[in-house]
Amino acid sequence: MGFFLETLFGGLMAGMLYSLIALGFVLIYKASGVFNFAQGAMVLFAALAMARFAEWIPKWLGFDNLVVANLLAFVVAMALMVVLAWLIERLCLSRLVNQEGITLLMATLGISYFLDGLGQTLFGNDIYSINVGMPKDPAMILEGTFEGGLLISKEDLVAALISAALVLALALFFQKTATGRALRAVADDHQAAQSIGIPLNRIWVIVWSVAGFAALVAGIIWGSKLGVQFSLSLVALKALPVVILGGLTSVPGAILGGLIIGVGEKLSEIYLGSFFGGGIEIWFAYVLALGFLLVRPQGLFGEKIIDRV
Amino acid sequence: MLYRENGQFKTSYAADQQIFPIAQDRIAIGLVLLVAFVVMPLAGSEYLFRAVLIPFMILALAALGLNILVGYCGQISLGTGAFMAVGAYAAYNFLVRIDGMPLIVAMLLGGLSATVVGVLFGIPSLRIKGLYLAVATLAAQFFTDWAFLRVSWFTNNSTSGSVSVAGLNVFGLPIESPVAKYLFCLTVVCVFALAAKNLTRSATGRQWMAIRDMDVAAAVIGIRPVYAKLTAFAVSSFIVGVAGVLWAFVHLGAWEPAAFSIDRSFQLLFMVIIGGLGSIMGAFFGAAFIVVLPIILDQVPHWFGIPLSTATTSHLVHMIFGALIVFFLIAEPHGLAKLWSIGKQKLRLWPFPH
Repeated sequence: MGFFLETLFGGLMAGMLYSLIALGFVLIYKASGVFNFAQGAMVLFAALAMARFAEWIPKWLGFDNLVVANLLAFVVAMALMVVLAWLIERLCLSRLVNQEGITLLMATLGISYFLDGLGQTLFGNDIYSINVGMPKDPAMILEGTFEGGLLISKEDLVAALISAALVLALALFFQKTATGRALRAVADDHQAAQSIGIPLNRIWVIVWSVAGFAALVAGIIWGSKLGVQFSLSLVALKALPVVILGGLTSVPGAILGGLIIGVGEKLSEIYLGSFFGGGIEIWFAYVLALGFLLVRPQGLFGEKIIDRV
Repeated sequence: MLYRENGQFKTSYAADQQIFPIAQDRIAIGLVLLVAFVVMPLAGSEYLFRAVLIPFMILALAALGLNILVGYCGQISLGTGAFMAVGAYAAYNFLVRIDGMPLIVAMLLGGLSATVVGVLFGIPSLRIKGLYLAVATLAAQFFTDWAFLRVSWFTNNSTSGSVSVAGLNVFGLPIESPVAKYLFCLTVVCVFALAAKNLTRSATGRQWMAIRDMDVAAAVIGIRPVYAKLTAFAVSSFIVGVAGVLWAFVHLGAWEPAAFSIDRSFQLLFMVIIGGLGSIMGAFFGAAFIVVLPIILDQVPHWFGIPLSTATTSHLVHMIFGALIVFFLIAEPHGLAKLWSIGKQKLRLWPFPH
């Protein structure tokens, strides 16, 4: 029982991180109808920027304070993501208005290639570490209830809390602020939103910036856990089944989908893996999403897809 | 002036329905074939065959298969690499486990196995489409990656996980030298290109296009979506599977699942988009573009005497590649094939555009 719960917690924590990446997908899809394949590359780019600036800034300015360095690096990396969002909107999206979905998807694939190359050219292609002072030591809880207690990584716990806070902040931003309302309006109907005076271009820059912010947070958390390296941009592919499961247009769906995938992956690996010869983590998420698609194509919380002639 | 069709009257249905109705086109394609079959084998260097022409031929074939699915039937697929892998590993097993199995038969059986898997993963397309389908095909991709890595039966219990074939021959002719490999690939590609072209002009092909343009409307006028979509998946994965066999047997010789990773799937999708959706010619343009571009980009710094490390070059190639894709999508979303046909239109009136 204790082991089961430990696996469960491990899965929940991993799932939280998937949700973070999936969130970026959902935000952009909701507001612009673009399925952003470049989210993974953005996570890698943001994490690389964060890791390298945290290293460079103290050298340039000649001080030695981890907290300040991290804060400055965060600000610089965030500024970079905003510039990136602006450039993507200016150079790419605004020129592809009214194109088919597949064209936009391909464009984001192009962007993702570009960002992979750019990030590694600018910041190098070794494995870098991000040290934002996350607690590394594991903790034991519930020692009274179970024999031996439950082993939980504090780092995961902090990461999960940060993710939860981010999701809450985004939910508030979407529901309570004027910009958030404008974003939702654009998501509903581009033309109607434009006709009541919402500037589409600016909204897109904002959305891509927000997605960049989500990518940065995800990148920092993943990076401090696993190190910043190229494989980070592949983790993002895991976010695809997550958004499918949760529904492409739903923020809570992304969270819940991430948790389900995370838990499902870990539990299936441990309890079913031996039947298949191990390593089923690689495809479990996708096959789960595939099965789910057959039963409920719009996902858990997605809008129902209705066809009209 | 040279390229115009006046005076070329069609006096029979057969003349009206030929693939290249204009005489100049027929001459041009005849010349291309002549160069491909006769001049190239005589003049080409080994590097040209190994690094450029053979990969180009095989990837063009795979892109052709993918184009049937994506370009003609409008079903997006990110699992092309998986279907290539299924073809390659199935053909390998047929070849290794059955004594005296001829290469051609093994290749076709590999293609058929890919067809079965393709139809299986195509079944979700009956309920879902677009990006959702992309995820279903991604499932195929990751599942086959895993299966060929972990299930040792598929690799004939090879300890290293990598498998190889040797001593290929067709009708007693050995396929060992680069020229022989090239000619073999070229022949297969020509046969499949012709078959695909004719298939897309047939009733089946028109059904695919109707489904692509608007599936609900197509269903209303009596096209069965189930039949149309699954045939598209079947034909597409057959061709892709055969391309996988060629890639593994002829180009690589020894391979492991990484040869058919998700990167391959993306690469093929790029070819189809850049080349032109819904165009047989486009598959060749796209494959040429994507095979040749990295080689050129690799060479350019050397011409200018700028020493760049391999890592930097590969990142630069990545960047230029990404930028070019975006540029292409903005400048001409219908790909190189559209540019080609615009060029031809202009040429018909040149030099007196009246």
